[in-house]
Amino acid sequence: MPKDRALALRVNGRTVEVEIPPHRTLLEALRDTGFVDVKRGCEKGDCGACAVLIDGVAVDACLTLAWTVEGRDIVTAAGLGTHENMHPLQKTFVEKGAIQCGYCTPGLIVAAQSLISMTPNPSEEDIRVGLSGNLCRCTGYAKVFEAVREAAAEVRNQRSRR
Amino acid sequence: MYATFDLDRPGDLAGALALLKAKGAVALAGGTNLIVDVRAGRENPRRVVSLDKLDSLRGIRQAGGKVAIGGRTTVTDLLRSPIIAKTAPALVESARQFAGQMVRNTATVAGNIACGSPAADLVPPLFALDAELTLASPRGQRTVPIASYFTGYKKDVRRPGELITRISWKAPPPRSRALFYKLARRKGDAITVVGVAVALDIERGICRRARIALGAVAPTVFRAREAEAMLEGQTLTPALIESAAKAAAAAARPIDDVRASAAYRRHGVHVLVRRLLGQAWEQLS
Ligand SMILES: Cc1cc2nc3c(=O)[nH]c(=O)nc-3n(C[C@H](O)[C@H](O)[C@H](O)COP(=O)(O)OP(=O)(O)OC[C@H]3O[C@@H](n4cnc5c(N)ncnc54)[C@H](O)[C@@H]3O)c2cc1C
Ligand code: FES
Ligand code: FES
Repeated sequence: MPKDRALALRVNGRTVEVEIPPHRTLLEALRDTGFVDVKRGCEKGDCGACAVLIDGVAVDACLTLAWTVEGRDIVTAAGLGTHENMHPLQKTFVEKGAIQCGYCTPGLIVAAQSLISMTPNPSEEDIRVGLSGNLCRCTGYAKVFEAVREAAAEVRNQRSRR
Repeated sequence: MYATFDLDRPGDLAGALALLKAKGAVALAGGTNLIVDVRAGRENPRRVVSLDKLDSLRGIRQAGGKVAIGGRTTVTDLLRSPIIAKTAPALVESARQFAGQMVRNTATVAGNIACGSPAADLVPPLFALDAELTLASPRGQRTVPIASYFTGYKKDVRRPGELITRISWKAPPPRSRALFYKLARRKGDAITVVGVAVALDIERGICRRARIALGAVAPTVFRAREAEAMLEGQTLTPALIESAAKAAAAAARPIDDVRASAAYRRHGVHVLVRRLLGQAWEQLS
């Protein structure tokens, strides 16, 4: 029987210790340690609710073994900003009404962040392709696309101001 | 409950190959097939050998007329590469329609080939490129054309413990076109119902090389060789394209499943081969 091991994961800038056997996923490790903004949906890569950033790139935490991301930089949707200093995506999702039940929201924000970091000025098609791994049962996506477009513009502005 | 297994993260290829010699050991790349299969109880590995530290297996290079990519190159890597955009436009098209972003960010090219699915989207464009696979084991490496890699449904010539380390192809000549079409229930994140890749090389108005690779309509991805032979050495006309499309549809051995009927799939091959050949020829003329 494979042994548990104490892993040190770096999540949202702090180090989190978790005892976990090798076949367990990052999704399980994160939810067990209180990062419940990472949602458990299908657990097979279909819904995107569990998306997190690993070194800035969005992946499904449910398909990632926890042991394989030791030493990498893990960021969840909540880790992108604070209440006082919200990330543009967090702000525009609220402002545009891109949230209804909110279950898909953390995953969508993570996927959108990964998209705009690779494609700072995404076309409508880029947004569709970038978010095609995130299912939302409520919003119909139109408000989500608006929020992503606006946040991308905001991020570009912040960059050019700097 | 899920299967438990031991997990290793070797730091180099030799280490990975040594670990993969153990009975019941399997390689883990992106995990987008393997983890799903383990959780569904379809796979029961005793030992999982993660390739996540093998950065040497990830990358895209062009040297002279040859393009080589490492087995651990991801679908997203393909989409971000100017070399792939230039030498393998059909592969770009299939990568764009592949799964959703998170899966594309981790899913690897070798994993897509090794899973052996007839619906694996990167495989038809690689057939149309006449790609070669490099297989490595502790005893050395060998090269196999992708067209002779698959032997049956989820069956291939890969020996236990062998890894696909490299996928390579000759950069196509200037007068050539390659196209891919994925027919599925929706545009994003859907399993292919019919996948068609075509490639044409043309010299002085004559088709020198024709490739028609079909996905999801037989136990493996395969080339419609009879249809290809009808085109090579010829000037393409609508009538010739129609005959080749008919021959390709006749070569398909589709099944009925939840996504589509066999008859629909066969019809899809006919229409799509005709359409893509027509488009490729027109763009070249
Ligand atoms: C939600 C979802 C959507 C998907 N959509 C698509 C789609 O649109 N099109 C499509 O084609 N596929 C799709 N897939 C399937 C899957 O993502 C791909 O087949 C992917 O390329 C597998 O690669 P991987 O690196 O994740 O492989 P893994 O899951 O890590 O491995 C798969 C198999 O390949 C073996 N393997 C891995 N690397 C090597 C190597 N270097 N040498 C030898 N064997 C190796 C493993 O041992 C295992 O048996 C989807 C999967 C999910 C979960
Ligand atoms: S829970 Fe991970 S993709 Fe659905
Ligand atoms: S807001 Fe309810 S699933 Fe998206």
